[in-house]
Amino acid sequence: MLARRILLRLLQAVPTLIGVAVLVFVLLRVVPGDPVAMMIPPGASADDVVRLHALYGLDRPIFWQFLVWAGQAARGSFGISISLHQGVAGLIASRLPATLELVLLAATIAIVLGVALAVIGTRFAGGGGEAAVDAASGFALAVPDFVWGLGFILIFGVLWPVLPISGRADPMHALDLATGFTLIESLLRLRLVVAGEVLAHMAMPATALALPLAAMIARVLKSSLAEQMGQDYVLIARVKGFSRARVILVEALRNAALPTVSLTGVQVTFLVGGTVLIERLFSYPGIGNLAIDAVINRDLPLIQGLILTFAVLFILINLALDLSYAALDPRLRHG
Amino acid sequence: MELTRRGLVAGGLTLASAGRMLTGRSAWAQAAGDSGAATIAFNVALPAWDPTVGGSAVNPTIQAIYQSVFDQYIGQNPDLSFTPGILEKWGWNDAGTQVWMDVRKGVVWHDGSPLTPDDVVWSLTRAGDPKGGNPIQFIWGNLGNFRTDGQRVTADAKQFDPVLFKWMAFLTGYVLPRAYFEKVGPDGFEKKPVGSGPYMVDAFERNAFLRLKANPHYWGGRPAIGTVVFKFVTDAAARIAEIESGSSDVTLEIPYEEYDRLRGKKGIRGVTTPVSNIGMIFITNVPPMLDANVRHAMVMAVDKKLLVDKLLRGYGVPIDTLEAPQYEAYDPSIRTPHDPRRAAELLAKSGFSEKKPVTFTIQTTRGYMPKDYEMIQAIVGMWRRVGIHADIEVYEIAKHFELRAAHKLAPAAFYNWGDAIGDPTTSTGFAMFGPSPHSAWKTKDVDAMIGPLWGERDEAKRIAGWKAVDRYVADNALVLPLLQYVQPILHKSTLNVVPHISGALQPARFTPAA
Repeated sequence: MLARRILLRLLQAVPTLIGVAVLVFVLLRVVPGDPVAMMIPPGASADDVVRLHALYGLDRPIFWQFLVWAGQAARGSFGISISLHQGVAGLIASRLPATLELVLLAATIAIVLGVALAVIGTRFAGGGGEAAVDAASGFALAVPDFVWGLGFILIFGVLWPVLPISGRADPMHALDLATGFTLIESLLRLRLVVAGEVLAHMAMPATALALPLAAMIARVLKSSLAEQMGQDYVLIARVKGFSRARVILVEALRNAALPTVSLTGVQVTFLVGGTVLIERLFSYPGIGNLAIDAVINRDLPLIQGLILTFAVLFILINLALDLSYAALDPRLRHG
Repeated sequence: MELTRRGLVAGGLTLASAGRMLTGRSAWAQAAGDSGAATIAFNVALPAWDPTVGGSAVNPTIQAIYQSVFDQYIGQNPDLSFTPGILEKWGWNDAGTQVWMDVRKGVVWHDGSPLTPDDVVWSLTRAGDPKGGNPIQFIWGNLGNFRTDGQRVTADAKQFDPVLFKWMAFLTGYVLPRAYFEKVGPDGFEKKPVGSGPYMVDAFERNAFLRLKANPHYWGGRPAIGTVVFKFVTDAAARIAEIESGSSDVTLEIPYEEYDRLRGKKGIRGVTTPVSNIGMIFITNVPPMLDANVRHAMVMAVDKKLLVDKLLRGYGVPIDTLEAPQYEAYDPSIRTPHDPRRAAELLAKSGFSEKKPVTFTIQTTRGYMPKDYEMIQAIVGMWRRVGIHADIEVYEIAKHFELRAAHKLAPAAFYNWGDAIGDPTTSTGFAMFGPSPHSAWKTKDVDAMIGPLWGERDEAKRIAGWKAVDRYVADNALVLPLLQYVQPILHKSTLNVVPHISGALQPARFTPAA
């Protein structure tokens, strides 16, 4: 049943991806910015410009260019990057783990922090604790992630330099890992020093990404918790002598979680998009950073590959979200 | 389980302590600056390793990295003068039909194999192949029929080119290892590049960092700094934080305000140098620019010194031609003085005034060069006072390149123009010669002056010819040169950093401070 549902969702994703591919392909060729114009050196003649267009296949009609690209994509290749002279698929594959780890860590921080704030706000409802949580979440929500990033750089990078400002690991050390999933692999192999180093590098960008989402989770979850706290089963638990904190954590939290899960899933997809700016700010070598370079250089094959990757990520995240609904809500699980 | 305020505070402190233990306070700040190592917070990420193909090959900033790992045929000193590189001597035959090059003996590639004249021949042949993807192929394709005799390489030239050897110290003028490249292919070379330069690639993570180790066998002597790390920090705010926190030892291309703030800080030194990069406004030969009075008024109304002093805090050199003072054809006698009153008079002759201004569009980037948009805003303000109304159109640099190549720029367009070899062909020449895809003013009178200079064999006559072109361009206000940019570099006081007028920051020239 579950496998069939997943398969169906994946099949439904195919036309979406084809639509995205066509749209992106056409749009990129319609918007201004000729990739060859970016690399014309001083002294080049009109013939040189023609030669460079031909070299990158940009002299062919758009339809023909699309057919060539689609053929490559069907074989698992997305062409050669104009600016980096390497296969697009390989480039994205080498960078995707860094972004996935960043998103995963940011989502974890956001969920832990958001839930903690919601629980604290509910526990101290009507008092200063709730007011403080509301103020904090409002502030976190109002400040964009890149401003958080700049603030963190100033505070934890310059004024109190406890965290590294850029990159994914210390360039002076050889990490010697087999995969691009540096954090996960180092944790699995119990190389805690490496894991600590990677975590330290990810702390600021991940937290900057996480704070607005954490605030959103806190607000929605607190509201759901407040609703649950008025339910009969909560009153019965309190009458039985359970502490308010225990009732929140053990009884009410699970029932209040569904709207939050829904919101978190949607917001995590935005988190993936948010990595573009944050990765740039922290010189973090993920696909977001790669995307900015690709756009600046009008690297059409790379932009196409990256947008398609983002699209696949969105689809997969939404699929995971649907599955998690079913896990949390028995009504969905049993039809 | 009960959550209390006290419990929360205690938990927070515990987490903070754990964080401190995990990261080690200031460990990141202390890592850099160790003896024999230097970390550069670099403003551009290295896109690709082959210095002879693709867009990165013509990116002037990236040359700093290429020059650290690869050798050029001919070297260049920080003052732009030329010096032997892989070629010890070079020249043309008397008839101007052949070139000869003496390849340095005793040079070894980073993999230990010897660099031979065959590597030079292969590199030049590959560079000249129209299908090879070298953006400067039009220069290298001039040579063919290579012969070697001992260390001497001889080649036939299709035509005499007075700048050919200067290009050997410029974009794509690098010698690559034939045997290694053919063995590993382009992909293998990208994964593990081998050069003969002062540094060897130790580790490279795209868009993150590049770690280099000093080449102990370098023919020019082992560099003083043993390990150099280029951290690719493209955001200026992050670069400032890198140097201010001590995480990096050197950084460059930061806002001048921040340069002034940090250069006197304890442990930080600053050095600035005018570089081979100028700011200018292209004038396109379309109405209303076909009116000489309008063009002259445009030029005369702009107070370049004020722009440099107020917008760039004095970090810039006002210029009146496309030649910076360090360039070979620079002529200090060519002047286009600031004279707003005369500008208004000229416009009046064409029927324009403050109340009835001449109107056109000026295009500019925003944030691509220091204060580019602000500078254009100030210029538009200066123009307004004499009877010129210019609408500002902001565009991306990619759009500028596309429009320029198609000769579709607005009547006025801001751009920066680099010329790391300081030759007039690569400044005035390509910017003003009509058939060039880079020129905006395309007229036969200018082309007639420039045309014969491309192949002029008498060097003194050639330079005099370019000076005459510059004078003609200034006298007819065919372009509006603004200023020569100044490159700000901040570094730790434990290092000596030598700036290079080309703008290429060369770690091989770093030395520990006494």
